[in-house]
Amino acid sequence: MNTAVAAPETDPLLASVPPAIQLKGISKAFGPVQANKNISISVKPGTIHGIIGENGAGKSTLMSILYGFYKADSGQIFINGKETQIPDSQAAIKAGIGMVFQHFKLVQNFTVLENVILGAEDGPLLRPSLNKARGVLKQLAEEYELNVDPDAIIENLSVGHQQRVEILKALYRQADILILDEPTGVLTPAEADHLFRILDNLRKEGKTIILITHKLREIMDATDTVSVMRRGEMTATVKTAETSPERLAEMMVGRKVLLQVDKKPAEPGKPVLEVENLRLTDEKGVERLKGISLNVLAGEILGIAGVAGNGQSELLEVLGGYANATGTIRVNGQEIDLTGKHSDGQSRRARGIAHVPEDRHREGLIMPFTAWENTVFGYHRDPKIQSGMLMDNAAIKAEAAAKMERFDVRPPNPKLAARNFSGGNQQKIVLAREIERNPDILLVGQPTRGVDIGAIEFIHQQIIRLRDEGKAILLVSVELDEIFSLSDRIAVMFDGQIMGERIPSETNEKELGLLMAGITDTAHAKMPASPMAMSEEEVQEAAEIEADAQAESELTPEVPQDAEAPSETEVKLTTTDAGAEVAPVEAQVDETAPDIRTDAAPDISADDETKTEAPAAADIASPTMPHEEPMTFSTDPVDVETPPAKTEAISLGSLSATLTQSTPERPKSPDTKSDPIKDPEEGGKDG
Amino acid sequence: MTLMTKLYGAAAALALTAGAAAAEPALIFDLGGKFDKSFNEAAFNGAVRWAEETGETFREIELQSEAQREQALRRFAENGNNPIVMTGFAFGNVLGEVAPDYPDTKFAIIDMVVDQPNVRSVVFNEHEGSYLVGMMAAMASESGTVGFIGGMDIPLIRKFACGYAQGVKAVNADATVVANMTGTTPAAWNDPVKGSELTKAQISQGADVVYAAAGGTGVGVLQTAADEGILSIGVDSNQNYLHPGQVLTSMMKRVDNAVYDAMTSGTDLETGINVMGIANGGIGYALDEHNEALVSADMKAAVDDASAKIASGELMVHDYMSDDSCPALSF
Amino acid sequence: MDKMPGWADAVLVPLISLLLAAILSALVIIGIGEDPVAAFKLMVDGALMRSSGWGYTLYYATNFIFTGLAVAVAFHARLFNIGGEGQAMIGGLGVALACLYIPWPNWYVALLGATVSAALFGAMWALIPAYLQAKRGSHIVITTIMFNFIAAAVLNYILVNILRPQGAMDPATARFPEAAQLPTFQDMFSTAETAMFRGAPANVTFFLAVFMCLAVWVLIWRTKLGYEIRSFGQSESAAKYAGISPIKITVVAMLISGGLAGMMALNTTMGEAERLVMNATEGAGFIGIAVALMGRSHPLGVLLAALLFGFLYQGGAELALWTNIPRELIVVIQALVILFTGALDNMVRMPLEKLFLAARRKA
Repeated sequence: MNTAVAAPETDPLLASVPPAIQLKGISKAFGPVQANKNISISVKPGTIHGIIGENGAGKSTLMSILYGFYKADSGQIFINGKETQIPDSQAAIKAGIGMVFQHFKLVQNFTVLENVILGAEDGPLLRPSLNKARGVLKQLAEEYELNVDPDAIIENLSVGHQQRVEILKALYRQADILILDEPTGVLTPAEADHLFRILDNLRKEGKTIILITHKLREIMDATDTVSVMRRGEMTATVKTAETSPERLAEMMVGRKVLLQVDKKPAEPGKPVLEVENLRLTDEKGVERLKGISLNVLAGEILGIAGVAGNGQSELLEVLGGYANATGTIRVNGQEIDLTGKHSDGQSRRARGIAHVPEDRHREGLIMPFTAWENTVFGYHRDPKIQSGMLMDNAAIKAEAAAKMERFDVRPPNPKLAARNFSGGNQQKIVLAREIERNPDILLVGQPTRGVDIGAIEFIHQQIIRLRDEGKAILLVSVELDEIFSLSDRIAVMFDGQIMGERIPSETNEKELGLLMAGITDTAHAKMPASPMAMSEEEVQEAAEIEADAQAESELTPEVPQDAEAPSETEVKLTTTDAGAEVAPVEAQVDETAPDIRTDAAPDISADDETKTEAPAAADIASPTMPHEEPMTFSTDPVDVETPPAKTEAISLGSLSATLTQSTPERPKSPDTKSDPIKDPEEGGKDG
Repeated sequence: MTLMTKLYGAAAALALTAGAAAAEPALIFDLGGKFDKSFNEAAFNGAVRWAEETGETFREIELQSEAQREQALRRFAENGNNPIVMTGFAFGNVLGEVAPDYPDTKFAIIDMVVDQPNVRSVVFNEHEGSYLVGMMAAMASESGTVGFIGGMDIPLIRKFACGYAQGVKAVNADATVVANMTGTTPAAWNDPVKGSELTKAQISQGADVVYAAAGGTGVGVLQTAADEGILSIGVDSNQNYLHPGQVLTSMMKRVDNAVYDAMTSGTDLETGINVMGIANGGIGYALDEHNEALVSADMKAAVDDASAKIASGELMVHDYMSDDSCPALSF
Repeated sequence: MDKMPGWADAVLVPLISLLLAAILSALVIIGIGEDPVAAFKLMVDGALMRSSGWGYTLYYATNFIFTGLAVAVAFHARLFNIGGEGQAMIGGLGVALACLYIPWPNWYVALLGATVSAALFGAMWALIPAYLQAKRGSHIVITTIMFNFIAAAVLNYILVNILRPQGAMDPATARFPEAAQLPTFQDMFSTAETAMFRGAPANVTFFLAVFMCLAVWVLIWRTKLGYEIRSFGQSESAAKYAGISPIKITVVAMLISGGLAGMMALNTTMGEAERLVMNATEGAGFIGIAVALMGRSHPLGVLLAALLFGFLYQGGAELALWTNIPRELIVVIQALVILFTGALDNMVRMPLEKLFLAARRKA
């Protein structure tokens, strides 16, 4: 995997060339939080250096210091052997450093050219700068496969192309050192591959690249050397060729990652939640749910596996009552209102559906509210906590204190604002609120995202306990490990559909991985293997037939299906993208190397859901990845022809997914089990 | 109490116009502000004239808000200022309430009648003066069409317009009077841009003399008339000097005289209604070196004749405000 | 992490802002050759040392309490209602109609009726922008400020053409009947021997304003609706999750806000002028924004900030009366305070936060 052509195999001391970047003893604190602790790093010119670490390990802070956004509390920066002060980003650019942010900093309604020269204009008149930039861009495109239509408007470009513009911006400013912060988070797999080809070309030209990521696969594929960060410290720097994903993972997390939950076999009862043919089209006209049908029985956990962005969030939103959909949902046999006035979170809660949302920051909690206020969020109209016209705050506070005690929320102070708790403790507050209402159904989305390991165990136990009490639980998680360890049944979602259902003990990651990529036609999974395994009633048989019919239709090649009902936005995207891509190539036929043309082709296909690619993958329904969604692991359409490579990618990917998701949000001392954030005063005394 | 006296001392020290606080007269300007080149400024000029002649000082305030009307009156009265002169009908309501509380203080209000024993109400027969300038307008006009631009559309200004129209018709019964009001709010007193627009509109309708009874708005009217080469008539103060040779005359409303008189009388101010008209020199028209050339001997003779007749009561000019109607002009 | 203790945020920041404004104002006064210390003494004396001065201070404060509360309630739902001015104008229309056309038996029944009418009119004026925001996404800042102009024009038309008594010159309504006139502090607190609050316009609506402070506090911090308003204001996505309708909260919060702004007219119209005049609001709707910002959208803070601005207004009037500081400069001084306490909040806060962080690290 490591194709370190340019990576010198010799002793670094031998090199007479000074390191492109050298940091010595960089420290940075935000209040009581030490984001970077005495970090030293040295990157040789002409290499790709990876920096890997969990969310909140301090990677972005370090790069922000290097790019002049933050000022380090102490430490030195050397660029090409010379000590350099970088007080702001202008200085960084001057020092030859370019940065490609996770969230692009482009003016949406400007053209590519205008964005490239923005801030680097030569004079008061734009025309000369634009002309010069046009020439430079053409040259860069030839050198690095960085072809973008210079006259395209940014908002019409795909995310991958926008990222290329960011790279072009940096190169136009003569950057020799390029920092990329989580560059693949927003890319489709094909786009990501293209990006790595570009990076490889840049390296060959002698540029130095720092790649920040939390995906092990990218590190293994692309880098020459890798540094691991944990809790603000640089724990190790190794040659990529001399390490393994497992080693890196261990270094990142600080201990072996092994999450196994003890649980009794499920004793499923009657169906509590029945969903039939749920369909949802979002504001942009994209169909997000394409006829979902599923059952959740009393006393079981149904796990929904899938790559993020395949409709799981929408499914939870519909069930939780804040997205309108068509179809049928029955709770304990009674149909519930899906549209209209009484379809909201309040009425769902009244029907016994509790919901731990995927994103506790955006949905589950009101961050500036106190913990006690948050313990009634969504249930604040419950008559039990009212006294007359007013809310019975004293009772809520008392109840909150008790709940926090039972759920081991630390610090157990109900008057603290939610934002002052750690991720795990925030999640416990949400969980306490939802579970303690004794619901019939619990919807759980990403229960352990950004939660420290101690809290993960506790949260898993709580979910199992609820199951054992005979409740129906629908679990949505992008972490396969979590799905495996908790679920009694696993349904895999892909592109708004249920691809199939499996019993955890009868399947493996490989099979689920293929399902998650939308590939159903494997030897293992003969299609009619009923997804609705447990149904004996006739109603459900009907549903089964329907589901089968649907699954069958999935077997037919994707292309005609797409052609049948392409959504308007998709069509638009296709044309503009293709135009943007193809036009310059054609215009430059005589001057351009032919490989650009061939390069352009797979690119279009990747963006626009297989036109050229379709024949090649005709036997296997080609996966259609929603390309706007962040993807935590990737299956690669290019790889489809060679299944072994594919499975490898998946298992690695899923590992990386697990690791990245189960990360604490902020640095913490290694021994604390559930990371209580100290009282500000207390913290002050400590520090 | 000692603290307060001390503070009062500080306050007095602050004032540039140092002098005994007691028995100093006070002048309150309306919201339009004192330098409006018209009504308030005329009052200010009267007060200054009095101060220069006597060497005394007076207090003054420009109001910022409605609520300050009463406040200013009371504070001046409590401070012992006497008499307290205020300009503008808008004080009418407030003065009616405040005056009885300070029976020893004399108040003078201009343009409004307040029936209190310690109040002198100064009102002007603007219709008489407007009649005179209307005659002059009709005689100066060659097109037979003259214009009138009022400020805020209130009965007082209609009174101006009505007198003006009567004067015009008295000279030329077939003449056309084009009348426009600038607006319906106090902002209409200070909108020279709109005044200018209205002037242009009237010119396009054939008017070759315009009479502006619009406070600060009139500045725009006079300017535009001068620019477009027609004659204009000023109001309240003598505005002939603004555009020498292009302002036919000004209808003089001697607010300055009223203020000067009130301050001169001091605490002995005679209360009751004081009607200022042609007869007692409170109203007139301006004739100076700036408009000599414009006013012919015939014109002067005719106007002076009418003036004498009005003074003697031989000629009655209809007052719009007496019955809210006008025989010569419909609004 | 809370960057600095609550008391510093609530007390220290406004205090320092105020101090900065005072220093700048002093420089302005020195610049025109007057004595800032004497001027300040004069303001204090005129506004706070006499009962009638208090009468004016409280009168202005009453206006600012109502409009400040109006802005604060909307702030809690993260709605920026800068239409308090227009809502108060239309509220004044409600007061005038209620007072002129309903034969009230006595003032307190009249006050009750006029309050309802004022709140209703003000709320209706806020309803349209609220609806446009909730359903059509038209930005509330734009619509409310535009509605101020519409309100002024509507009121102008109605006063000039409909409500102005025959022959009157002012664009104002007739005087309200005796039973619809509110007792002033002078009526309420004067004894036979000593006249208190003589001539001052402060009236019984001040107590209504203080009561509304309490009511708003209860609403925001003690009721389900307040909880929902605050939730929605902090996080719309979370509100949706909890089943709180963004449309409903937007509309309801704006109705309450508009109602409070409308009630301001009780003070100026029923309490002071005893008739509806054209510019009865006199910018109080805009001062309300500064009051709410300075008061941190908390009713107690609004009350205190309103008193401060009342003092500034009354003190400014005193300056105009007894000094040669022109009224334009008095407006400049008032504007400086608004600028520093309202708009330049962060200028003071950021360094202060850094200071606290540094102090904490050292400790």
